[in-house]
Amino acid sequence: MKHIISVLVENKAGVLAKISGLFSRRGFNIESLAVGPTDDEKISRITMEVNAEEHSIEQIIKQLYKLINVIKIQELDPSNIVERELVLIKVNADSKTRPEILETVSVFRANIVDVAKKSLMIEITGNSRKVRALEDLLRPFGILELVRTGKIACSRGSKY
Amino acid sequence: MAKITGAQMIIKCLKEEGVEVIFGYPGGKVIPLYDALFDSDIRHILVRHEQGAVHAADGYARVTGKTGVCIATSGPGATNLVTGIANAYMDSIPMVAITGQVGTAQIGTDAFQEADITGIAAPVTKHNYLVKDVKELPRVIKEAFRIASTGRPGPVLIDIPVDITTDLIDENFKVDINLPGYKPTLKGNLKQVKQAAKKIAESKKPVIFAGGGVISSGASDILRKFVKVSKIPVITSLLGMGSFPETSELSLSMAGMHGTKYANLAFTEADLIIAVGVRFDDRVTGKLSEFAPNADIIHIDIDPAEIGKNIKVLVPIVGDARIVLTDLKNEYENYIEKKGVPDRKEWQSRIKQLKKDYPLKYDRNSSKVKPAYVVEKIYELTGGDAIICTEVGQNQMWAAQFYKFTEPRTLVSSGGLGTMGFGLPAAIGAKIGMPDKTVIDIAGDGSIQMVSQELSTAVTNKINIKIMLLNNGYLGMVRQWQEFFFKKRYSQTCIYNCVDFVKLVEAYGGVGLRVKKKEEVEGAIKKALEINNLVLVDFWIDREENVYPMVAPGSPISEMLESEMLEGV
Repeated sequence: MKHIISVLVENKAGVLAKISGLFSRRGFNIESLAVGPTDDEKISRITMEVNAEEHSIEQIIKQLYKLINVIKIQELDPSNIVERELVLIKVNADSKTRPEILETVSVFRANIVDVAKKSLMIEITGNSRKVRALEDLLRPFGILELVRTGKIACSRGSKY
Repeated sequence: MAKITGAQMIIKCLKEEGVEVIFGYPGGKVIPLYDALFDSDIRHILVRHEQGAVHAADGYARVTGKTGVCIATSGPGATNLVTGIANAYMDSIPMVAITGQVGTAQIGTDAFQEADITGIAAPVTKHNYLVKDVKELPRVIKEAFRIASTGRPGPVLIDIPVDITTDLIDENFKVDINLPGYKPTLKGNLKQVKQAAKKIAESKKPVIFAGGGVISSGASDILRKFVKVSKIPVITSLLGMGSFPETSELSLSMAGMHGTKYANLAFTEADLIIAVGVRFDDRVTGKLSEFAPNADIIHIDIDPAEIGKNIKVLVPIVGDARIVLTDLKNEYENYIEKKGVPDRKEWQSRIKQLKKDYPLKYDRNSSKVKPAYVVEKIYELTGGDAIICTEVGQNQMWAAQFYKFTEPRTLVSSGGLGTMGFGLPAAIGAKIGMPDKTVIDIAGDGSIQMVSQELSTAVTNKINIKIMLLNNGYLGMVRQWQEFFFKKRYSQTCIYNCVDFVKLVEAYGGVGLRVKKKEEVEGAIKKALEINNLVLVDFWIDREENVYPMVAPGSPISEMLESEMLEGV
């Protein structure tokens, strides 16, 4: 089962290595990872997607808490969050295919961020399902390159 | 303001933490640090290998309860500490390890004697630091001692580049510690404690399972008081030995793979286990799915990650064992005052019967030197008042089985990691921590050869430990497994007659005695205890003696192999 955990850590060198090391030595795989400072520059947020059983995720959260640089951990409830990932897709496009691609892009409310003679670069933001749908539609044109950020998520409402 | 070097600042900070002794070994990147140490009154014990330093710091910490400190240089010096750091981590021993590092400008260039020790040691330290500015030193050292000694104790490593130790800093420079993510829970949730007290009062067949956490939190006294009130029998883990006196009729001694059969059966029959400062290690539980099938579990531990890790818990209580047990005793007394004292006569007589039916056994009539006999004699002749260090293997299990531990911090043994070569250097550290105590290393001939160079450390520093070497010319525990499970194919376990231990210890300036006959055992131990020097007694024990009883790997702990069952197999 997939779990999204959001970890507040001290923004110091080596902290990410300690966290990822803990995952690997306890036998967990990180499916997605995003890191960046919060509004307080001394604190970073790490958002991770992990595939694990309920019991295992409880254990991994407890183990994470033991790391001295970890300040707070939240497991996010997937039914009550906004989750986003950002993807840049470079796709083949000539004069014949370009209109169809542009139309698809506009339906998805994605953006064209680079135009070249034989290709287009598309930026899409959204949840995984939306991103995957666009990816599927663009595949027949020939995807040259696809770059994906880790997933970030925030719980809805004023609770934090 | 007067300026001092980083190295001098390190020494100043160590003094402020109350450090009296450091175990270490110099090298290129710690020369400035050793130069500052030269002017200090902190005692330094020069070992012969860095592994000796880290184990000695560990032994010192186990007997004193203080944080052990060791120093090694960069690269190989630092990596030689790793086994000992891992050992301290597994057994939750407070320790600060300081390593030298190449200069900050050279880090990452594969410079001479460079190793990424914070990276290497990360999985086996509670926390670690790479100091990048001399101004960080006071804070980092303060934090390191705080982290190592509080909560669930453990080793902290501080890696210090050589230029940091020569940089100048204001003598009085201070920065407060800053640990926003570190707040160990000490007091247990009172609602949970009340629920536990009720559960205990209602149970018919409760047992207490006491581990190393009872000793490290200083809860032995309160445990004894609680047992006095509740009359609940006590089982210990290896590291919990001494938390409750084995001489008490309510003591069931150690459970597990080589524990007593009566402890294992008591676990199996119990309806409630009150586990304190233990982690339900596989060596205790055996086959997990059949461990204590009838028991609910109350688990008290300062580390929330231990609760529910291996075993399902009915009442979890996160907190310091001493504080929680104090509250639990009060709540229990309140409860029985209102509802009456529970009648557990049946269980108490069952426990008595189990102890009578399944005592630890060995062939007392044998004319050979039996290791159990040697350990029993050590117990007798020291009046049970010694600090016993062990190596790892059969010697360790015989020591645990046949010496009766009655006080906390009197058994020094590598539990979780099972580190061969631990006993001798740990005994050196223990003797320095407790100079007035008789310190004995119950050793095996395999283990001690991993660290025999430390005999030199002991003799040179007049650390008069007594080594009782149970010499069978085998890597005995592995040989025992080969006998039971690998058709007696003794692959690479025979080390018979490979060294004359008496001559070896004499070469270092100690005293060696040899015992080949049973009737010489007592005299030799007496003599060893009297001689004012390091003494090694080389007992030529019955070579193929096994440790019984034994739970075969993967079996439930209620099924124990005993000597008579295996004879002729």
